[in-house]
Amino acid sequence: MLSLDRVSKTYRVGTFGGKLLPAVSDVTLGIPDGEVVSLIGESGSGKSTIGKMILRLISITDGTITFDGTDVGALKNRALRDYYRSVQGVFQDPFSSYNPIFKADRVFDVVRDHFYRGLRDRDWEQKVDDALESVGLNPDHVLNKYPHQLSGGQLQRFLIARALLLDLRFLVADEIISMLDASTRIDVLNLLADLKERGLSVLFITHDLSLGYYISEKAAILYRGCVVEYGKTEKIYTRPIHPYTKMLMESVPRLDKKWEDVEIELRAQQDDLSSGCVYYARCTRKEKGADCRTVRPGLIEVEPDHQVACGCIAGEERT
Amino acid sequence: MSLQVDGLTVYYQTLQGDVRALENATFSMADGEIMGLAGESGCGKSTLSNSLILLAPPMKHVCGRVLLDGNELPIGRVEAMNRYRFKEISVVPQYAMNAMNPTRKIGKMIEELLRARGIEIRKILPELKRRLDLVELKHNVLKMYPIELSGGMKQRMVMVLSTLLDPSLLLADEITSALDVSTQKAVAGMLVGFRDQGIVKSVIVITHDMSILYQIADSILIMYAGQLAEKADTETIIHTPRHPYTKMLITSLPKVGVKHDERRLAGIPGKPPLLLDPPEGCRFRERCPHAHERCLQVPPFVEIAPGHHVACWKVGDKDA
Amino acid sequence: MARRDRGGKKRRNEFLYFALRNNKLKIGASIVLLFLLVAAFGSFLTDRDPEAFGGPMSSPPSAEYWFGTTFFGQDVFAQFIAGLRATFLVGALGGGLATVLGMLIGFVAGYRGGAVDESLNVLTNIVLVIPTFALLLIISAYLQVRGLIMESIFIGLTAWPWAARAIRAQTLSLRSREFVDMARISGMRPLRIIFTEIAPNMMSYLVMTFILQFGGAILIAATLDFIGLGPTEGFSLGIMMQYAVLWGALPLGLWWWFVPPGAAIAAIVGALYFMNVGLDEVFNPKLRET
Repeated sequence: MLSLDRVSKTYRVGTFGGKLLPAVSDVTLGIPDGEVVSLIGESGSGKSTIGKMILRLISITDGTITFDGTDVGALKNRALRDYYRSVQGVFQDPFSSYNPIFKADRVFDVVRDHFYRGLRDRDWEQKVDDALESVGLNPDHVLNKYPHQLSGGQLQRFLIARALLLDLRFLVADEIISMLDASTRIDVLNLLADLKERGLSVLFITHDLSLGYYISEKAAILYRGCVVEYGKTEKIYTRPIHPYTKMLMESVPRLDKKWEDVEIELRAQQDDLSSGCVYYARCTRKEKGADCRTVRPGLIEVEPDHQVACGCIAGEERT
Repeated sequence: MSLQVDGLTVYYQTLQGDVRALENATFSMADGEIMGLAGESGCGKSTLSNSLILLAPPMKHVCGRVLLDGNELPIGRVEAMNRYRFKEISVVPQYAMNAMNPTRKIGKMIEELLRARGIEIRKILPELKRRLDLVELKHNVLKMYPIELSGGMKQRMVMVLSTLLDPSLLLADEITSALDVSTQKAVAGMLVGFRDQGIVKSVIVITHDMSILYQIADSILIMYAGQLAEKADTETIIHTPRHPYTKMLITSLPKVGVKHDERRLAGIPGKPPLLLDPPEGCRFRERCPHAHERCLQVPPFVEIAPGHHVACWKVGDKDA
Repeated sequence: MARRDRGGKKRRNEFLYFALRNNKLKIGASIVLLFLLVAAFGSFLTDRDPEAFGGPMSSPPSAEYWFGTTFFGQDVFAQFIAGLRATFLVGALGGGLATVLGMLIGFVAGYRGGAVDESLNVLTNIVLVIPTFALLLIISAYLQVRGLIMESIFIGLTAWPWAARAIRAQTLSLRSREFVDMARISGMRPLRIIFTEIAPNMMSYLVMTFILQFGGAILIAATLDFIGLGPTEGFSLGIMMQYAVLWGALPLGLWWWFVPPGAAIAAIVGALYFMNVGLDEVFNPKLRET
């Protein structure tokens, strides 16, 4: 179980680090075992930053990240390496994730060097073959090759296999399929879902809502470093409440509905008001009255021959 | 405007030989049509769109013709295409928004571009301002440097620039890929707006994102490994495709409302062939569940229903 | 289970292929190689002592004295060979030291970032701005006797900022690549990451930096020697030119005394830079003419 408790990341920018740039603010999330949580946000939302903090690639400014009760931020040396046995990551660009001058299998050798020194060659090769097969790759086709000889989908699955060589319990998947072709995306996605059945937890970072819907139990919507909405995936998608989430749901291009239809649907949801002001949802006033949601204002006279059905304005005009 | 592409074949010259990137493309577009050009990486969609506007080495024009409004375009000759480029056919290249000269103010850049085409900016300035209003950009953007604009603003700027001279045909190459979801919607909407207002007559939208095409395209042309697979109106491609590749592609796309636990989607096993030495006949044959010996011959791109073309023996035969 | 290797050979062959076809590289390398061979095997060409007097004074090139003699009757050719050797030595030592120091500082600054980077930048900028001549004058006032090694060390200690800057920039850009993150989450230590992940990806850059430092060191040494701040004994091409000017070769028209060393310096350094341009094309596919 990995949990984030009021985690923040603030960067110092400007000359001599004068200004502060908050990339992540006060994020609280929990990913239980065997669950996939989607972290959905656009660019600049801080989603990758959260992933990197979990992987200890970026330092945590405030708050705590705990994995099975241990404070991740405090880990050092041996303890940190043991952490990496259970928690790993796969990133967005498959071609950038491999050092271009080495063969792709080198990523396995690095793992062996740091975690499985004592293992015999034969045992190691068996382990590698098993890992490759569990991600749907044929060892004969993908071993001993350079990264540019493999496809993006194969490279990403190769990296998942690498993570599986360890005792993986938590995977940070940062936009892992956004650079893949449409027909290979679903294979990697299905692979994650299968691994989830076997007890793996995944933080699925993405900007693509339809992917989030397909495999995650819970979804967290991130905007400018803050979680604006969080909960069960179906609830977030079918009844978004936060204006940003609603905007996202309206804007994402879908294959089953046109934009206009989605907008109408979402508007219809909030117009489900049998009481209260009919314009409440679209009202742009900064301060709405306490009654606006529940009491439907009738026409109120503000000056001779001039009436308005708005409790707030009527009150102002009169005073 | 009408576009007629006839047997267009374009290869790339490399040290190891010719990469057969586009093979025998034949299709047409009507006036006012927004056609989506979709396919996965290596399918030839960029090659096709580049051939229409800048067929330069290492690309080689092997054969085929392109007719714009009945006139044959000299696509094989870069110099000769100069008088069509930007005026009759224009392009919003991929990554264009990041390709603006960072040391030039936008207005200056536009001025230089226009002067290179023999147009004085003073004459076109009022129209330019009108276009900026259309895409909801303030006029003072002309005095800014590219770095001061957001991604969406840059993309809109580039779109204004590419359509300034009212081209008949606009090629929009992955214009929404690098944008946030909300900006994508705005930019896609603007593209349709340009067509509706008559600024451009027809548009070819090149992308791998089928859902954007569902939202704004009138018709979709699916390509695979350099060959045309299927062309039909959007509803047909998305809901009732006939080509095996199109079918498998559409069903492999996750949609909101489909969960893994309820319905497991399937991908297409295998990978696209290398085009240096492509397989004979239909290039999808090795991954196609319906392949048979006839597929060793290239299936023709036939019209199986009005406006619906498919290149597949199985489909073509049935309706023959 | 057949696991054949075809990828690696192809890549190395690709560089070799373009290297052998690149004219700039070939021409530049040939010139440098020529001078190097003359310097290395010069003793086979002549067995005269460069410092020995005895020849006819101020005589032009002849069959006996290929490059003529100096004002004092020394064999210019023998001096030339000795000078070439010294020049190459300074280039290698001084340029090598500068490259190593530059790598050290550049890698650490680029990889660590933050406060470490800031302070190393300050150090780099300070060393960059130090007026080397003034420093040298002070040093030469203290060290009455200076050798070639001292000169090389001095050049190495003052020329590294350029290399450090360049290497830092490349390291910064490589560090943000995802394969470095992958190495980190595999538990790899920073030093190992720098030498096994980052440096090999900059090999072409490092080679070119060394070549530039080599040429630069030769030029600096020649300049220092010429104004008398070079080694107090021995010969180098710069020292030859210094003596030539000091002893009136110009007004006396003893061109054979200063033209060979000057032309040699120009040729070697020019060829090195030329080679570098060629190497850039070999390593960077985008610069190649198809």
